[in-house]
Amino acid sequence: MTMSIQCSGRPGRMAQAVLASLAVLALVGCGSTVKLDETPIESRTPKAIETSPGATASGNGAAGTSGTSAQSQVATVDLSKGGVASRGAAGSTGGATGAAAADGKLGRVVYFDYDSFGVKDDFRALIEGHAKVLAANKGKRVVIEGHTDERGGREYNLALGQKRADAVAKAMVLLGATEAQIEAVSFGKERPANEGHDEAAWAQNRRAEVKDR
Amino acid sequence: MLNPSHPIRSLLAAWWLAMLMVLALPAQAQFRVEISGIGATQLPIAITRFRDEDRSGVAISAIVRADLERSGAFRLAESSGALDERSQPQFADWRGRSADALLSGSVTRLADGRFDVRYKLWDVVKGEDLGGQSLPVAAGDLRLAAHRIADWVHEKLTGERGVNATRIAYVTRAANRYTLRITDADGEGGQTPVVSPQPIISPAWSPDGRRLAYVSFYNGKAEVVVQDVLTGEYRTVASFKGSNSAPAWSPDGKRLAVTLSRDGVSQIYLIDMEGGALRRLTNSNAIDTEAAFSPDGTQVYFVSDRGGGPQVYRVPVEGGTPERVTFQGVYNISPAISPDGRMLAYVNRGNGFRVMVMPLDGSAPPLAVTDTNDDESPSFSPNGRLIIYATRSQGRDVLMTTTLDGKIRTRLLSSGQDVREPAWGPFGR
Repeated sequence: MTMSIQCSGRPGRMAQAVLASLAVLALVGCGSTVKLDETPIESRTPKAIETSPGATASGNGAAGTSGTSAQSQVATVDLSKGGVASRGAAGSTGGATGAAAADGKLGRVVYFDYDSFGVKDDFRALIEGHAKVLAANKGKRVVIEGHTDERGGREYNLALGQKRADAVAKAMVLLGATEAQIEAVSFGKERPANEGHDEAAWAQNRRAEVKDR
Repeated sequence: MLNPSHPIRSLLAAWWLAMLMVLALPAQAQFRVEISGIGATQLPIAITRFRDEDRSGVAISAIVRADLERSGAFRLAESSGALDERSQPQFADWRGRSADALLSGSVTRLADGRFDVRYKLWDVVKGEDLGGQSLPVAAGDLRLAAHRIADWVHEKLTGERGVNATRIAYVTRAANRYTLRITDADGEGGQTPVVSPQPIISPAWSPDGRRLAYVSFYNGKAEVVVQDVLTGEYRTVASFKGSNSAPAWSPDGKRLAVTLSRDGVSQIYLIDMEGGALRRLTNSNAIDTEAAFSPDGTQVYFVSDRGGGPQVYRVPVEGGTPERVTFQGVYNISPAISPDGRMLAYVNRGNGFRVMVMPLDGSAPPLAVTDTNDDESPSFSPNGRLIIYATRSQGRDVLMTTTLDGKIRTRLLSSGQDVREPAWGPFGR
């Protein structure tokens, strides 16, 4: 099988067909509403989150207050003490190529050119390999995390990273994986693989990582 | 409830108070305003120590002094003297100290544990009583009372509302610990709504200042969370497949605009905060993100790269054909609209990334208001006189404020932490 998808930022034929169907959906969506709880959410709610009670008087700096709660009070939610493994929290940077344990020698990082979402030919084998694993095991799921370099706004970069992840996801679907097996997400510029500020670092940061769920 | 899959977590834990103390302490005094410019005319004012303020544990008069001095509209006259709001000042004495105005007051502990902060302002030149107030507040609000007094004096003497009683939210990063913080507009009173091992971006205040929406990566992807700052109760309001980001409140607080990739490329949707209904607002095959409502709630400004590079567009909130707003340059992102709806601030990529300000009626071209190269996330003060933004200085992420003409900029100091993603809160608390 050959890679026929062109992910250059302009939608290819296939992508256009997908977009057309999305547009239909969107038109339907315009007049009606979608309930939030229809979303395919997995159990993502953090466990063991402690939230402080608001009605208690002695918040930050409010010692000695009785009865009335301070308007200046702010309660703290400390997620760092939750003890829940955030997916990809550890080992998300740099050495992801080495995380080949589950699927033999398959690499897990696809690198991109500046301002580009095009999946380069160098990564065809990697994507084909993951697609085959997914096609052969319909119960298997992966997350594809898109990343950008540090240049530019955080939100716009988040959307750019999403396009990179989507490009890899679409390529895998064309090669036999199903959409339900893949979630494309983005970290924008928030999780660089290399914290440097030069082109060498940026090149390592413009990437999409394939992670087992 | 908006999203039954994500019920509000409100677990009362015994350790929370200790936790709060641990978390709150490092936030104190980390974030000070350094003034590097002064206003054209400065009104001389004397502010005496408020009677019994030392018994409250908060130096009310010192906070008022600092607030008024920082505004650039006042300078302090020699202020020693034992007065309170019931005094009959010897105006000739105060005129002798070159004061045009005089403020004094008192702090009294009430039976219920609260404090009654009273103050009075005099016009020293005319020998007139300009009025005053009594503010009964909880101990935790003594700083707020001081800021309110400063704002009252500011408005009384300049005709313009001050922003001292407002708050600023921002994110700090130290190693792999991300902290969403809130401080008073003077950088003091630091408090911590969220600590997370994963990135937090894009905080947005609800119009009533009671809630913050932000993007949390805690669950391994970008999700939009809304948190009550007083109680800490939070709920995930957008966790669709893909990324969920860029929250923006409608002026009535009833809707949240968000960017979702659930249907493919990132597009803007509106969430009804009461019923939970979701409506897609933009329909393009390009990135649409960073929504910002016009203050009258009729338009949504946003960033789109439908024309190639990212530019600012606007679309009626009911939907329709977007209209392009920015034309200079090939990369314009992060729109913010002034509270009066007249000015647009955004970030332009030229040689670097700069905060630009332009009138929306096209009466003047965009103006670069900074001289730094890594600007991000402009946010207007609620009186529309200042913009706070993030930038880099000497290898650190810092926050700065600027006037809309770029002539007076201040740097908000932090003690060695990277500070980013500022959001200036609304009036009122």
